[in-house]
Amino acid sequence: MSTPGAGGTAVAVQDLEIAIESTGTPVVSDVSFTITPGEIFGVVGESGSGKTTVGLALLGHARRGLRIAGGSVRLGEQSILDLSEEQLRLLRGTLVSYVPQDPASSLNPALRIGLQLREVIEAHTSLAGRAVDDRVAEMMAEVALPVDRAFLRRYPHELSGGQQQRVGLAMAFANRPRLIVLDEPTTGLDVTTQAHVLSTVRDLAELHNVAALYVSHDLAVVATLARRVAVMYAGRVVEIGTADELFQSAGHPYTRRLIGAIPRLTGGRSLVGIPGRAASPGRRPHGCAFAPRCSLRVEQCETAMPPLVMVGPDHEVRCIRAAEVLSGQQSRAGDPVTMPSVAEGEQPALRLTDVVASYGRTEVLHSVSLSVAAHECVALVGESGSGKTTVARSIAGLHRDWTGAIALSGTELRRAARQRSGEERRRINYIFQNPYGSLNPRQTIGQIIGQPLRVFGTASGREADRRIAEMLERVSLTAGYAPRYPDQLSGGERQRVAIARALVADPTVLICDEVTSALDVSVQAAIVELLGSLQRDLGLAMLFITHNLPLVRSIAQRVLVMSQGVIVEEGDTGQVLTDPRDPYTRQLLANTPSLEAAASEAGLGGPPADIAGG
Amino acid sequence: MSETSVAFADVEAVPTPVRGANLLRRSMRLWRTRIGVALVGLIVLISIIGPYIAPYGPSTPVGVPNANPGGKAVLGTDYLGQDVLSRTLYGGRSILVMAVLATALGLIAGGAIGLVAAYSRNALDDTLMRGMDVLLALPQIMLALVAVAIIGPRTWVIVAAIALTTVPRIARVARGAAQPVVERDFIACSEAMGVPRWRIVGGELLPNTLGPLMVEASLRMTYNIAVVAALAFLGLAPDPNGANWGTMITENQIVLPVQPWGTLAPIIAIALLTMGTGLIGDGIARTAAGIDRARGEE
Repeated sequence: MSTPGAGGTAVAVQDLEIAIESTGTPVVSDVSFTITPGEIFGVVGESGSGKTTVGLALLGHARRGLRIAGGSVRLGEQSILDLSEEQLRLLRGTLVSYVPQDPASSLNPALRIGLQLREVIEAHTSLAGRAVDDRVAEMMAEVALPVDRAFLRRYPHELSGGQQQRVGLAMAFANRPRLIVLDEPTTGLDVTTQAHVLSTVRDLAELHNVAALYVSHDLAVVATLARRVAVMYAGRVVEIGTADELFQSAGHPYTRRLIGAIPRLTGGRSLVGIPGRAASPGRRPHGCAFAPRCSLRVEQCETAMPPLVMVGPDHEVRCIRAAEVLSGQQSRAGDPVTMPSVAEGEQPALRLTDVVASYGRTEVLHSVSLSVAAHECVALVGESGSGKTTVARSIAGLHRDWTGAIALSGTELRRAARQRSGEERRRINYIFQNPYGSLNPRQTIGQIIGQPLRVFGTASGREADRRIAEMLERVSLTAGYAPRYPDQLSGGERQRVAIARALVADPTVLICDEVTSALDVSVQAAIVELLGSLQRDLGLAMLFITHNLPLVRSIAQRVLVMSQGVIVEEGDTGQVLTDPRDPYTRQLLANTPSLEAAASEAGLGGPPADIAGG
Repeated sequence: MSETSVAFADVEAVPTPVRGANLLRRSMRLWRTRIGVALVGLIVLISIIGPYIAPYGPSTPVGVPNANPGGKAVLGTDYLGQDVLSRTLYGGRSILVMAVLATALGLIAGGAIGLVAAYSRNALDDTLMRGMDVLLALPQIMLALVAVAIIGPRTWVIVAAIALTTVPRIARVARGAAQPVVERDFIACSEAMGVPRWRIVGGELLPNTLGPLMVEASLRMTYNIAVVAALAFLGLAPDPNGANWGTMITENQIVLPVQPWGTLAPIIAIALLTMGTGLIGDGIARTAAGIDRARGEE
């Protein structure tokens, strides 16, 4: 199926099927695509869509409990799925290689990185001695890492996350493989670091004519990097085509909804999440897996699985109403958000004056001042290590090593939460980043939400039950959730529970610390939407901490940009995002991947298209 | 899709996670736990009702010494002509009571010390754990021997000495299990709300470390049974002439080739008991590991 001029096909996946070993329930079905040499192919999907499973299958690997049940993966002339374990071992690292999500766990913490790089080369080539050293130096230069001896003698923990990921990339490209599978390699990284890593990936793939499969949940990243993209939902490809086509005029309702859920730098519109959740394997509907959540559903959708249909050159969609979807407008996002205006001269609900915080002898916040009025949402944006979480923890009284003044409605607060009055503690509430860690796994949802009521003596008995049920309704759950345990809930549902707990005792100040960074895009949209509406309805003063600049657009009136313990820029959301004054903010914006930026780069062209078989 | 980030395959493979008291019930699904419970139940039952069903008193002479099984004595007689079966039926109580008491005391004190140390994260942590290290350096049997030699072979001395050596072992496990829990955000959330410290330790930390603690407790129980029996074997039982499995082994070991039952009966009883506690511990450990695996994937 290869088109001339593209140098043939590097990888061809045909009708790949992966099932649960014990039950035979399919996890991934009917996946076909091809990648040409030098091309970066993106696989996009939310958690549980099977995207990582597909990525690993390209290495001939299935995770424990899974089995590659059918189809073929051809690497050049070689059929990977027919190889023995021993042949696969030889193949990995030479012809195919893998860059995992978390570089810290893929490098051996007990060995110096120089040694680990040497091992990769020595295991697969006949090079020895000085030749290996030269090769290592070359690899380091390729990924823009220092080549000096001292650096090679470092242990993985002595490297930053970005450096670790570059070492991972160097190892993956070391033996000039034909195919590289990258599994969300930038998820844990800051936007600046991410931008560097992404450009390294692009350059290396192009330079060495390597086919790359880039697995990610981040559409914006994929849009900037990949030429062709497959969108996965519930184990199947629902749409496949060029990135431009897909993001400009998506043909599948799911792709459209997913794009609508992405926060944008331009235009303050509310984000629209996707209601419901994807069915897990074995419980998937007979027909189209997205049908139960789809607004365009017709009877036919539920009776049979729609086939992938060609809707344009190199663009296939698995939807029987694709033509209608395509002719419709791509809904950019929801309605414009109208933020309530904040009365001037009013006593701010929260005010920080010259707060200096340290850990031991290291000062991490240098004279931070900010204020948040009632009815106002202020976003605090910064990269990891900027000190934004320290601000939040100091306000909540969890971090005690600070000087300066933090005032709640004009009353100065003591340093530690325990020294503050119950009333003060009740009025400030905190929502944590990770809903998997912030809910006690041994307590029921009812007990968790009821905790503030017990602690502050707000309500008890039947009155408490009533308020818990009411709070669950407010966060779009039902009272039926109360007797459940956190591990029976999805990530988004857990974060709703955390919001309910934060709001049940009627706080006036709400601190949200990266509350959506552990969630999928469609869930993130729904959570931000919920938080925004609650904040406006309840007139809360909200400090919304995030590293995600576009997200700020749809929720905050004002933005503070923080870098290295200092607030470098402050202003109205629109002004900061469109006309940043500080060089740091400008750089941050430039490095933020977005669909718009990807679209403006479109049309630069690449090698001619290669259509996936099917 | 709002499915959790648990990979697909695991959604099906992982059993519904276990919590709290559920752990014990859940571990009963494993055959090893059932066998363990049956063994322990049998020995405990024997120790409780044994004295009521024993054909003779523990010190009643019933015939010639070292008589082989048969006639009036089903398992024969011991070196003093006492009935082996009756002495075996009487001999479990004191071992069981002392081992259970020592383990329970060690579990309570060690658990409390470990959890408080993990939660405090400051100098108190170091002080407590260095103290535990000192205790850990004392060999279990030696400490008991010295205590008994100084104060005398009273039940409370033996219990206290064994409990004291159990404390640091439990404390280390409790602290190790609690340390990652302390770092989790729900603890920070309670702190921000101003929940009293003792309530955080008891209400949030303890339930989340129960799995490893129960496993360690059953392991310590197994060891403590052996230590109590060993002390009795060395002649350090509260009642040196009374019926006690450890004492019985000492008394009858010389005549092992002639009348093995005087030694074998108590050995089998101790072996069944420790095997039982060991199997229960293993069952709980496996069930608890099931939870940990599910949680690690999140």
